[in-house]
Amino acid sequence: MPKDPSIKKVLLIGSGPIIIGQAAEFDYAGAQACRSLREEGIEVVLINSNPATIMTDVEMADRVYIEPLSVEFVERIVAKERPDGIVATLGGQTGLNLATQVAEAGILERYNTRLLGTPLRAIRQAEDREEFRTLMREIGEPVPESWIITDESQLGDAIASGIWPLIVRPAYTLGGTGGGIARNVDELLTITRSGLALSMRHQVMVERYLSGWKEVEYEVMRDANDTAITVCNMENFDPMGVHTGDSIVIAPSQTLSDKEYQMLRTASLKIIRSLGIEGGCNVQLSLDPHSFAYYVIEVNPRVSRSSALASKATGYPIARVSAKIAIGLHLDEIENAVTRKTLACFEPALDYCVLKIPRWPFDKFVGADRRITTQMKATGEVMAIDRAFEPALMKAIRSLEVGIYGLANKTGHTLSDMELEEAIRVPHDERLWSITEGFRRGMMVEEINALSNVDPWFLRKLEGLVNLETRLKVNAPAFKQMSKALESEEEEAQEPLEERFGSAVRLLREAKRMGFADRTVSEFAGMSEGKLRKLRKHLGIVPVYKMVDTCAAEFEALTPYYYSCYDTEDE
Amino acid sequence: MKAILALEDGTLFEGQSLGATGRTNGEVVFNTGMTGYQEILTDPSYAGQIVTLTYPLIGNYGINPDDFESRRVQVEGFVVREAAEIASNWRSKQTLDSFLKERGIIGIQGIDTRALTRALRVRGVMMGAISTEDTPESLLEHIRNAPGYGSKDLARQVTAEQSYRWRVGDTKPVSAGSVSEVKPRYHIALLDFGVKYNILRSLANLGCETTVYPCTVTAEEVLRANPDGIFLSPGPGDPEQYGYMVDTVRQLVGKKPIMGVCMGNQILGYAFGSKTFKLKFGHRGSNHPVKDLNTGRVYITSQNHGYAVDPDRLKDGMEVAHINLNDGTVEGLRHKELPIFSIQYHPEASPGPSDSAYFFHQYINMLDRHYGRS
Repeated sequence: MPKDPSIKKVLLIGSGPIIIGQAAEFDYAGAQACRSLREEGIEVVLINSNPATIMTDVEMADRVYIEPLSVEFVERIVAKERPDGIVATLGGQTGLNLATQVAEAGILERYNTRLLGTPLRAIRQAEDREEFRTLMREIGEPVPESWIITDESQLGDAIASGIWPLIVRPAYTLGGTGGGIARNVDELLTITRSGLALSMRHQVMVERYLSGWKEVEYEVMRDANDTAITVCNMENFDPMGVHTGDSIVIAPSQTLSDKEYQMLRTASLKIIRSLGIEGGCNVQLSLDPHSFAYYVIEVNPRVSRSSALASKATGYPIARVSAKIAIGLHLDEIENAVTRKTLACFEPALDYCVLKIPRWPFDKFVGADRRITTQMKATGEVMAIDRAFEPALMKAIRSLEVGIYGLANKTGHTLSDMELEEAIRVPHDERLWSITEGFRRGMMVEEINALSNVDPWFLRKLEGLVNLETRLKVNAPAFKQMSKALESEEEEAQEPLEERFGSAVRLLREAKRMGFADRTVSEFAGMSEGKLRKLRKHLGIVPVYKMVDTCAAEFEALTPYYYSCYDTEDE
Repeated sequence: MKAILALEDGTLFEGQSLGATGRTNGEVVFNTGMTGYQEILTDPSYAGQIVTLTYPLIGNYGINPDDFESRRVQVEGFVVREAAEIASNWRSKQTLDSFLKERGIIGIQGIDTRALTRALRVRGVMMGAISTEDTPESLLEHIRNAPGYGSKDLARQVTAEQSYRWRVGDTKPVSAGSVSEVKPRYHIALLDFGVKYNILRSLANLGCETTVYPCTVTAEEVLRANPDGIFLSPGPGDPEQYGYMVDTVRQLVGKKPIMGVCMGNQILGYAFGSKTFKLKFGHRGSNHPVKDLNTGRVYITSQNHGYAVDPDRLKDGMEVAHINLNDGTVEGLRHKELPIFSIQYHPEASPGPSDSAYFFHQYINMLDRHYGRS
């Protein structure tokens, strides 16, 4: 169906202030949506209380209201502007909650307007824990044993079940605020009280905690014609128990076989269809690392933090496409903005690895508890792309701008072995470096897996990087000799360095391919960064640039973006 | 150990050996699926081909005993950017490298697979060879002397040596004379041009018992067994080579309900007056959008084909039912009156999305209608 001709003017609800769990990614989504709607000739009215955003720039929307995100102000704007519809799924949880309240206040009927895209019923079903659980049971998708609690006196059944640990998740909150893992009755009471206080509906869900299970997410899209696709799946480095916003995330999943990948994809599509979502949606699942058992954890019936990541990771503009779906377009009527030849109705194929590391504010809050749990603490995140896991990880570490350029942090070596084991077992902001310190001290993949439940595939990669550190140190004399030879060579021509120092040159090439910074390599080699860089360039070890084109080079891309890597062909 | 990959046009890639050592040649193709390498390696439709995967990290979840799509590895050679050193998955029994070594399959790793893919996209698929023992010159000479992909009867190479059976509840083939313990809902006769096990599993899951016939079977022999329905399987090679199969299928048309998949779709195209043409770089992957012209619905499909049916030559009541949204080529056929339909992609998935599994149900419904059951 082409776009709905009755929609000429829409009100777009922004995401308001930047808070933990809801940062600039919603500005990115809102700005994309403004452009996407205006492209279709729609007049866009925008409300956002945060003026320091791109979407509130005068040229983004036709009219911008910088007003409080409250029912009262939305009503006044609706009364004045008389939009044909409201788009609420692009302003994060804030926008979604506000839209729910606006609908409940009868404003839609009063001004003869409607919510576009995902219907209110779907939002309720996805957000209300009880309704969601019921729906999942109806469609035969497994959910962990759980109890809805609106008062702490109702905890009796959960305690009597004997299931420990339990996880407390408040309804209608952002970034898991007020939630946590309870290992005994006292902890359960404390967390439940704080969760109830923070939930808009004064409701929490207490649920079986899937300790050590893999956490996997799918970003899915659906249109009004019931066509549904997967944009991207992502696998968390940290197993269940760490909020996705606080976990290192890898796209696409690395340790799932096709059977597992498709099983969870099928479940995600079944869920988005059963909810009747029109637009983008994020499905979080938990997979047993030792069987095909899985559970559906939760669904975000809107553009989310993860969809911003998935968009950048794949080149598939989720917010742009969601906005077009909201005004009635079908996926096969929307162009793929990168190839300009194919359509938005396809699933991106990646030919690279994407890695996200959260950025925590512990450098500013020095005394804060640095353990990470189910309540998000990160205030930002970095994303890196490369042809393999290792270089993407190394790039992401440098992008954090925390004064760490490689796999050693400032304090790791000061811990005793027992302290280190604890630092590997309990998730905290620097666990990655605790793990590499473990390898440096000779721990094995199996030991670290037993402590952390991090998948052996990721651990083997980290171990490989630590081994490479050692090989670089051992080869320091060769690097120094090469550098010296290079300086004298400028006066007299000699045999090429590649022939005299073959293995060291190959090692340097490997180190760069694995993502080591010149700075780190130069420290291992015991020379200045400048000298190392000169040597590297002399040896012709330079990066090439490859495209993020949504299709793994299957089609020509007209508006791609690029990432650097030490591969062969430069595009 | 070093290995080289050479393409017919002289393009050369240097990398490291993966799997067995030696020399192999085939048509070099790429698949964009991010998972499913074990299914791809064992899919008979890849016979005669050197397969490169565009996803760079391959082998992460190892090789397990359950995800085989046929008895052997079918690819002529395998190309990856990086093969995993360790396999991490609860079902895994061995690493990709040790599996390829054990099965004698020659591969190459550490090359810029995206550069290779771009070369194939721009210049089209072509013959190539991998070697751990040649110079570039001798390898190119080897490619020049090797028979072209389209000149081989690859179906005859991969088809069942003799008829076998897949009963309800079976997890592997049994001999054709095996007695059925459960009375199946339908008996299906499958013409094996290069069948994947998941087709047989999917039919068995719906209560069908399938007898698999070599591709050289005659129509009389099939009809003598009086099956309820005919299934035309996928398979490798240029359909232009398969006049004998087209003749067989022509004699089956109108006698029994028919469903065709992939090569089965192409053979039906020939049987109804059409021909096929070679696609520049084929459709291989798990993300191809296909539109059902009847409902307007779009499905994400698992594909593996290098040829497409010419829609303009179809006659005698056969019409196009599905098209690919990327390039508009034919992805499915349907007969206006007779109980016959076929699709160019893979409802059995393995690997890829199972969105199209409903075709197996559609086949059963067609049989139900034909035999007046409900």
